[in-house]
Formats: sequence, structure tokens, C-alpha cells
Amino acid sequence: MRLVVASGKGGTGKTTVAVNLAKSWGSPVQLLDCDVEAPNTRLFLGGTMLESQVVTISVPEVNEALCNGCGECSRFCEYSAMACVAGKAMVFVSMCHSCGGCSLVCPTGAISEVESRIGTIVTSSFGKTTLLEGILDVGSTMAPQLIRRLKSLVKSGVPAILDSPPGTSCPVVTTMKGADFVILVTEPTPFGLHDLTLAVATTRELGLPFGVVVNRLGIGDDRVHSYCATEHIQVLLEIPDDRRIAEAYSRGELMVDVLPEYAGLFAGLRRELEKR
Amino acid sequence: MRELVVISGKGGTGKTSVAASLAVLSDRPVIADCDVDAADLHLVFQPVVRERSEFYSGHRAVIRRNICTGCGACRNVCRFDAVGMVDTAPGDSVYFIDSTACEGCGACVRFCPAGAIDFPERHCGQWMVSDTRVGPMVHGRLGTAAENSGRLVSLIRSEARRVANADDRRSIIIDGPPGIGCPVIASVTGATMVLVVTEPTLSGEHDLKRVMELTAHFQIPTWVAMNKWDINPEITLRVEREAAASGAKLAGRIRYDPGVTEAQMNGRAVVETDAPSAYDMAKIWDNLGFQA
Amino acid sequence: MKIAFTTTGDSPDSPLDPRFGRATGFLVYDTDKDAFEAFSNNQNLNAVQGAGIQAAQNLASLGVEALVTGHCGPKAFTVLSRAGIKVYNTGLATVSGALNAFRNGELTAAESADSESHWV
Repeated sequence: MRLVVASGKGGTGKTTVAVNLAKSWGSPVQLLDCDVEAPNTRLFLGGTMLESQVVTISVPEVNEALCNGCGECSRFCEYSAMACVAGKAMVFVSMCHSCGGCSLVCPTGAISEVESRIGTIVTSSFGKTTLLEGILDVGSTMAPQLIRRLKSLVKSGVPAILDSPPGTSCPVVTTMKGADFVILVTEPTPFGLHDLTLAVATTRELGLPFGVVVNRLGIGDDRVHSYCATEHIQVLLEIPDDRRIAEAYSRGELMVDVLPEYAGLFAGLRRELEKR
Repeated sequence: MRELVVISGKGGTGKTSVAASLAVLSDRPVIADCDVDAADLHLVFQPVVRERSEFYSGHRAVIRRNICTGCGACRNVCRFDAVGMVDTAPGDSVYFIDSTACEGCGACVRFCPAGAIDFPERHCGQWMVSDTRVGPMVHGRLGTAAENSGRLVSLIRSEARRVANADDRRSIIIDGPPGIGCPVIASVTGATMVLVVTEPTLSGEHDLKRVMELTAHFQIPTWVAMNKWDINPEITLRVEREAAASGAKLAGRIRYDPGVTEAQMNGRAVVETDAPSAYDMAKIWDNLGFQA
Repeated sequence: MKIAFTTTGDSPDSPLDPRFGRATGFLVYDTDKDAFEAFSNNQNLNAVQGAGIQAAQNLASLGVEALVTGHCGPKAFTVLSRAGIKVYNTGLATVSGALNAFRNGELTAAESADSESHWV
């Protein structure tokens, strides 16, 4: 089973849900932090680091002895990663999406591919949970590439919970693809509802089954609930607005650890998810 | 022209509520919502759209089924798993492009021997110029699975400047995107000042550090406001000290206040209500001295 | 010698555009002919990324030897240097003003990029 925890806007409790769900899963589970621009799942977990691996993508390298300065590569490249001036092609590695097109269009075979670093993946373990955390290098914009690599490391047979980046853009779609189920976390406020509708649109466009977790129930009003009722969306879990949760979160502590009365909520969520 | 950009590092810290209040408190502002991924400012200001423009960026591949011979050359060159196959008749199939996976590199377009692949511009969203009770507002919306919000952010900013010039307004209040990526850089470069709204949590602290490295790098005067400071006074103090030590000025603290959500539900900025935190936000506005 | 100016208009009195890659257009002044020629930069205004790289290549293909603009990012600067185009940064308001300053030797060729590689 592959679950994605997502939200239209940031700060709704996406990471809180992913981490608490993993922690209360009971049997071995894999947790993937796909918010590679701002990974902070590990702040809540500690644990033992097992492995850190560098992630690279293939980028072009020009053999100047073979390059005749025809400029085919730079005319082809949609990302301006190749330029051709003064009779030779040059590469801007940070712009390259690794499509491989330039080496295919080069008529003299002057372009080969070399590996270039975009980030790291850190594997750690705490209890029965294995955490795989993608960390994009500052300045790299290749989040989707890193997320794809991260997802390729998921072991089959063990459930995986993917903590998505916020929003509805490319990295979110990359995270969601191939999911068995998407959990959308929201708050019962006008901002929360508006951003939920965007996330629902994205999830539907991808044709994925999904349900909603309402966090901080008690603030705001029932507009999120009426929206879900009208749209026939299941509300999987409600987490009450409890200042003690916010305080525990501020210290980097898990709700299910310090407020045992909430552990049952997440056990219930697991049962709900396993019905699918 | 003066531009104040409200950003947050971490999402959900109350950035938009603060930006809305500052816009209300300022004299003749232009408002710009640069949080194009999850734009919410319009829920506070109920803008009446004056002009609407489409936002295009890059291209996407589209296979014309009637011309596709099913040779599979496109599938062989695509590195983004964006080419799928459909059966058209028993033993016969053609290919199609999954637009949510296509990165618009054009390799398939170039190598299709039948010339069956079109490469139109990719529609990535919209941006609008509107009127609100506070002043003109420029805002945008990025489509699902769209990339390049950084360019939409700069479009909105330059449009806000144009509107301000045309209307003889001197101040632009910008609700920036969360995070530290391209859209954030696009929203802060060249701005007069940045206000970072954060909260006293470990993740707030963690993300504030990253966002302050960014504003220091671009040499933009940076202020920090602690939202919900009383959730953890200890971390508040620590974060304020760290922020001050790395060159930020402290703009003030905002108390944990259900009135913030209350204002949101009524489509009002916090300072347009009698919520206790309205006082805190007004004080932050005074401390910034943005229009002084 | 050909000197390129970034501009938002099409005449020597037009404002100097402070942006390079996403400038509205270029006015290229030919010292031999004492004449200006205007070039649009339209295709780059909507470039996904790397507008500066593209604009620099275009100037190189026009045979330009000097560029007068507001700011120039690092990637564009690399391409311009490789093409042997010198970069002069100025805050002057108009193309003609910048041309005068250039002729009077008041502008100094930049040794490196003077802005970050993002959409200013």
C-alpha cells in the first residue's frame, strides 16, 4: 500500500499526520519525506541514521575536439541549458532537466553524458519505521527528479507513507503519481477550504482515490464538512483543536507520544485505510 | 516605489493574515498576491476583476492520434515516463502523452518519424488586476501540475508596479510564497524590505534560518514577527535572539488568537475587527516604519 | 563596432531597460554607419528559463561587441564573455544618455555579473 499525505496549503498539519500515522502503524512502515525543498520530518523523529546517498542526474558534457559549433543542441534545448557561441557549445548544468535530447541531436557525436549532483537521500530508522528523506541541494530546482529517485527506493511489501510538498505544482504531482490512496489534510477555515478545493482538483485530475483529514477541528466553521458532504468526499479523521497539541508540536514532540488519548485516532485511521 | 514582502519560510504561519492587515493599515497601497500556488488573499479582499490574462510557460507535447503509426520512437526517447499506449484495435495501438508527466523537453517531437507530435505552448495559469476596498490588487493562479511559479510571481510584481505608477501609488504590499525556492527569490529580489512571519516551533525555527540566509544573500532589510508567540515563550525568545544575532530586526509578537480565524470567516482583515491580535499587528506595522 | 542597449522602446530617446535577459528589446548602434537598429526580445520574455543565455547568444549572432544595460546575471555574463562581448552596467535613464556616456569613456567594462540569476 502506498499512501500520500498532501495538502493544498502549507502548515495544515500534513507532516504531523504523516509522522503520527507512521508512528502508530504498529507494524513496519516506510515514511518518505518528499518535501525535498524543506524536509523536516526528522525534526520529530530523531532515530539512527543508516545511510546517506548522493543523488545525481545525467547532464551533457561537450567534447570540444568534436564540436563544430553548429548550434543544434542549443536550438533544441527548451531549458537554455546549452549555448553555442564562438564556435563551441557550452553547458549550464543547473538548468538541465536531463532529457538527453542534446546528445541525440548532435550531428558529430560531441555530446556525452556525465553525472551531476542534485541532492541527497538519507535513510534512518526509528522503531518499526524506516525514514527516507530527500534533501534537495540549495540552488537546485530539480525537485521532481529527486522525488522520483526517492520513490524508486520504496521496498515492495512494506506499506509506504509519502509526506508530499504543499501546493499543487509539479513536485506534488510527481509525489502523488502511483499512489493507492491520497490523504488531504486541511483546516476548517476559509483558507483551508479554498486550498482543499485546489488539492481535490489535482487529485481528481490524476484519477486517484482520496479522503480528507480535518485538523484543528473547533476553529472556524463547518464549511469544509459541507463541502465534503456535497462532493461525496469521506472525512477520514478529525483532530480537535487542542492547545496541548500545538505546544507539543512546538517542542518537536509527537501527539501520539505525549497525548496518548490521540493514539486511538491514528489507529482508527489505519483501520479505515486498510479497508481499501 | 517601495515594496514590502511578507514571507514565512514554513507554510501556515499566518503570513496572509498579517499581509492583509498591513495592506489595510497602509496608505494607498497596491496589493500583490504572489503566493500563486495557494493564493488566499482574495478571500479577505473579495477583489472585483478588472483585467484577466492567461499565463503560458514552456511547451507540452501532444500526439495526433490519427497520424501516430504506433512505432514507439517517442516512448524510447522520453525520460519522464510521459508516453503511454492505447489499443485502438486488436493488435493495433497508438501512443499518447500524459500531460501531467511531460516536462516539455521536445525530444519526442523531434524524433517522431511521422511528424505526429504537436508542441503547443503550455497554459500554466492566469493573472488578474482587480479592485478591492483597500486599493488595486494584482493576483494570479497557477494551474494544476504547472511549473515555473517564479516567472508568474515576477509577472505579478511587475504588473503591480505598473498599476502603482499609473495610479500614483507609492507602496506595494506583497503576500509572498512559502519556502525558499525560486518563487520566493522572485518575490524578494530588489524589494525594499521583507517581513518574515514565523512561529515558535522547531520547524518554524528551522525554516526561518533557511529563509534568512536567502534574504541576507540578497541583502534585503529583514524583519521578523513571531506569530502565536505564547504557544512557546521559551522558543520565541530563543528564535528572536537568533534572528537578531543574524542581522534581522524584530517587528513584534502576535498572540495566539482565535480572532484571526474569526476574521477570516467574515472575509475581513484582522485589523478590521476587534480581535485582540489586531493590536499586535498594528504595532508591527508601526515598528516597520514602512511608510514613515 | 556594434553596441547593444537594452530598452523598453525603439528609439534613442527610449528608456534603458535595466533588465538584460527579459528586456523588452535591443537597440543596436553601429558606429561605422552611425545608425540604430531595433531588435525585439519577444521570444525571451516568455522563455521558461535562461532568458539571459538566449539573449546573449542572439547578441553574439548579431556581431555585437559591447552591451550597455542595467544588470546582467552570471550565466548571461559567461556567454557574453565567451562571445567576446564586453558588458557595461549603468543606471542611466535613456539609450542616448547611455550612448553618450559610453562614447565619453564614462562607463567601465564589468569584470563579473552584477546580479543574481533570477527574475529581477
